[in-house]
Amino acid sequence: MNGARIRQHIAFSILGIVTLAIVVPILLVIVYIVVNGFGAITWEFLTAAPRQGMKAGGIFPAIVGTVLLVIGTMLFALPLGVLSAVYLVEYAHDNLFTRMIKLSVVNLSGIPSIVYGLFGFTMFVILLHFGTSILAGSLTLGIMSLPVIITASKEALESVPNTYREISLSLGATKWQTVRYCVLPYAIPGILTGTVLSLSRAAGETAPILFTVAAFYLPRLPRSIFDQVMALPYHLYVISTQVPNIPLELSFATALVLVALVFLMNLVSIFLRAHYRKKRSW
Amino acid sequence: MVSEPIIKTVDLNCYFGSLQVLQSINIAVQRNEILGVIGPSNSGKTTFLRALNRLNTLVRTYSQRGEILLDGQDIGTIRDNVLRKRIGIIFALPQVLPVTIFENVAYGPKVHGITRRENVDWIVEEALKKAYLWEEVKDRLNQPAMKLSGGQQQRLCIARTLAVGPEVILYDEPCSGLDPISTAKVEDAMQQLKVDYTQILVTNNTKQASRVSERCAFFLMGELVELGPTKQLFTKPQDKRTDDYITGRFG
Repeated sequence: MNGARIRQHIAFSILGIVTLAIVVPILLVIVYIVVNGFGAITWEFLTAAPRQGMKAGGIFPAIVGTVLLVIGTMLFALPLGVLSAVYLVEYAHDNLFTRMIKLSVVNLSGIPSIVYGLFGFTMFVILLHFGTSILAGSLTLGIMSLPVIITASKEALESVPNTYREISLSLGATKWQTVRYCVLPYAIPGILTGTVLSLSRAAGETAPILFTVAAFYLPRLPRSIFDQVMALPYHLYVISTQVPNIPLELSFATALVLVALVFLMNLVSIFLRAHYRKKRSW
Repeated sequence: MVSEPIIKTVDLNCYFGSLQVLQSINIAVQRNEILGVIGPSNSGKTTFLRALNRLNTLVRTYSQRGEILLDGQDIGTIRDNVLRKRIGIIFALPQVLPVTIFENVAYGPKVHGITRRENVDWIVEEALKKAYLWEEVKDRLNQPAMKLSGGQQQRLCIARTLAVGPEVILYDEPCSGLDPISTAKVEDAMQQLKVDYTQILVTNNTKQASRVSERCAFFLMGELVELGPTKQLFTKPQDKRTDDYITGRFG
């Protein structure tokens, strides 16, 4: 009895330490960024364009660029991803074709992001003549985001009890009405989680935007979706490694803004999830 | 019993994969009757029921031969959503959607294109009254349906089916999870519904079949063994197997 208690104690302690080992590095990274970068965050830094070869001024064009890219990615990847998942879960029969689709989705998520960048460059920038543009970058990031959105949406749809579908169909609803009113509403929280996760990743990626949209130095706002933009992760890379004599503080401040942006997106999704959970009543 | 039957099956055979679940079933269901269907587990009762509104086809391995006629029309020629609007079903366990009481009942009218608020309100109230639930829930229509008791939930399911305006209501062991008082209330509702609807009651509870139904069918291993007036089936069964089942010698 006593031995069992001691073993339980040891096991719990190990679990606790493991959990801490995950939390501590994340906290350290955030604290490190805040400590080193917060001093450089000023109103000008957030709202002005860079000046003097990026040594002064702000990062406003890069913030706008990243926000636009995230929105563009979402507009492209969210409908496509959710509808694919609906097809796979609700409509597709189990045959060679759908198995191939599922396999592709899994494999797509394992492709390195620089490969997406190269694909986006040849496909959208050159072949489709979109040029180095917000459109090309959003599409590239969108394709990169699709696997996560599809997988998360699939799991969310599959977790909706089959009885809901049966109830709806037995009342004479069509297949689409059933999906629309009796399945999708209950899958939205799960879909949101996956979407925000993949969009967060898209916001922070450098490789896919390297050849497709990101501008090295462009201290103005874009005029159309065929314009280049600066983007936070690429800007961070540029000022940290490509341009000499830029204060390290500016790099950390840029990183802080990027992390804050991603955090904000997660916050929005938490609120949206809570909102949709409240709408269904157990 | 001379009028045209509302539902008629002609040589109905049902299969799941290579397993034959029903064997040449010929049944005629009369308008406004309550037809009881009894038999042990795996006798094909539920498959028979779900064949009538084609719910079996949700299982991909399902196939069937033979004809099912609704008002003389082969149901194969009726679209799924139209057929299921005309033939409603109540499932074994009360299955409510995780929305409010009102929304549960209003779901059917909504998918059938009834959107005007006062029409929906009226349909919901009528359906709840017919299912003997109105008095218990009229002051809390906007509460979650899942907060209702099991018996109330099952009557809510009946109301939800009624709100669609069916001609036939199928019951698949509707009281298997309910206490005797709730069961009595569901049975009361069924008696009142006889005026307007044809009802088919599949039940494991032979006493319930004898209380509620006018005619009763006994299924055994995918075969229709006997079909007759309930009183006769329970007092003077024609087939030895029926006798064995209702006297509790097996099943």
